[in-house]
Amino acid sequence: MTSLNPLARNRRLPLRHLAFAVLLLATLIGGRPAAAQGLVADLTSHLIAITTGFTGSSVVLFGTVEGGGDIVVLVRGPERDTVVRRKSRVAGIYLNTRGITFTDVPGFYAVLSTRPLDQLAPLALRQQHELGVENLKLVPAPIDARASPEQLGLFRAALIRGQQGAGLFSGTLGRVNFLGDKLFRATLDFPATVPVGTYLVQVYQLRNGDIVSAQTTPLVISQSGLEAEVNDFAERRALLYGIIAVFVAAMAGWGASLLFRNA
Amino acid sequence: MLRQKSPWLMEVYLPIAQVSLDVFVLLGLGAAVGFLSGVFGVGGGFLLTPLLIFIGVPQAVAVSSSANQLVGASVTGVLGHWRRGNVDFKMGFVLVVGGFFGSLLGVWLFSVLKRLGQIDLMISLSYVLLLGSLGGLMLVESVRAVLRLRRAGGVRRRLHQHTWFHGLPFKMRFRRSKLYISALLPLTLGFGIGILSSLMGVGGGFIIVPAMIYILGMPTNVVPGTSLFQTIFISASVTILQAITNQTVDALLAMLLLIGAVVGVQYGARFGARLRGEYLRVLLALIILAVGAKLLVDLTVPPGDVYSVAPKLP
Repeated sequence: MTSLNPLARNRRLPLRHLAFAVLLLATLIGGRPAAAQGLVADLTSHLIAITTGFTGSSVVLFGTVEGGGDIVVLVRGPERDTVVRRKSRVAGIYLNTRGITFTDVPGFYAVLSTRPLDQLAPLALRQQHELGVENLKLVPAPIDARASPEQLGLFRAALIRGQQGAGLFSGTLGRVNFLGDKLFRATLDFPATVPVGTYLVQVYQLRNGDIVSAQTTPLVISQSGLEAEVNDFAERRALLYGIIAVFVAAMAGWGASLLFRNA
Repeated sequence: MLRQKSPWLMEVYLPIAQVSLDVFVLLGLGAAVGFLSGVFGVGGGFLLTPLLIFIGVPQAVAVSSSANQLVGASVTGVLGHWRRGNVDFKMGFVLVVGGFFGSLLGVWLFSVLKRLGQIDLMISLSYVLLLGSLGGLMLVESVRAVLRLRRAGGVRRRLHQHTWFHGLPFKMRFRRSKLYISALLPLTLGFGIGILSSLMGVGGGFIIVPAMIYILGMPTNVVPGTSLFQTIFISASVTILQAITNQTVDALLAMLLLIGAVVGVQYGARFGARLRGEYLRVLLALIILAVGAKLLVDLTVPPGDVYSVAPKLP
């Protein structure tokens, strides 16, 4: 399923990051990039707080667009290096025998659009902007880049399958709905297992198979309330946290013993 | 992993594990494991850790949090046995000293294996080997004991067999256990338990109980109390080490499990007191064998997907 050779991907990587940074910067400074005169979009909330009862959440994206065309929304979570391992049978048992690391794999990825992507944009454009799970540029770490293309293809497919199974890559395309000619909206759903961090929501206006305007909006998913404080404390004062955890457990055990002594 | 929100469930978000789980599932899990802990004087970690992983807690968090839970559960257990005078503190102390050094080595091994991506396999394999051999030995011995009991109407067993290791130096008197043996024996035993605790996230009760009976030759009645006593300190040191090195101790998860466990332990201890030691050992052997068999089967069954995805560790 992949025809591009891995080296070509590697060369394009810095450019992609640069474009990303520019977009983010433009969003932070100007509120919207210069290219997006015709397109204005925003989220109902830029912060998803994960609290005790968190079972997933959704955010509504809405906006208006001038000049018609189609809308594609891309949601990308914080990137991290991810290992895909393959088990094979050795002496009757299954064990991990081969692993390939992919760099900067988004921790969350979803695409929403007004129409199926293959009707909106040619393959080259979809690959360039990573529209659709199958067009994600999953780049192997330099040490694994020498694996054969077939091998890489298998591991790449397994990575997508695994992330989809965990609800982190959306398996099906979400919908962007037009309300009249200009107003559009879409619901972004996040599962309970969503990783915390800074997300980028990219909105594209497409016309005649080309992107005519784009806008990027950040979205932060973070823990809040007591959970966040516990997590923060566990990281900053690890030793103290460990000691307190042990102490509280021991006290609870002692209390329980008193409680049940006369029972 | 997308869960449906049901009105009769109460989901709670665990801060370190970073997943939402049902409160009653966690309480029930704690209660079930606590019950076994009360009956046999084993910590139950060897069941708790795999069960937690099964319901979706990340492996490293499951290992560390069940260690944290074990601290509380074993304090409760020890106090019960202590009131009945069934704890050999001197023996427990020697075990803990060995255990501390063992857990240092174990935590180091854990991090090396984790980086190599082989930690899951090593955990499963060591469980299969240990549970299989221990469970098998215990079953044979305890069935024989039960048969002997039936035939002769309860012939008094010799206190313990004398073997080569009674000739080792550094002899110590353990009054409560009616033993005069080399301190090297419990030290080595504790060292081994320390390694296993950090590698498998268990208190080591399922190893140490049979080891106390068959290797050290301790009287059966002081075994559960002394085992729980050493579990407090081994699990406390594993909890703190994990909190420092990996930040994987979920105190909220541990507390929920603990609340279930302390209730379970009470009923377990009462149930255990009504059973004869010989029958108890047959039961424990069967449980140990069942867990080992399940793990062995899991290793040999072709996985649904031979590929697995995990975040790269630094």
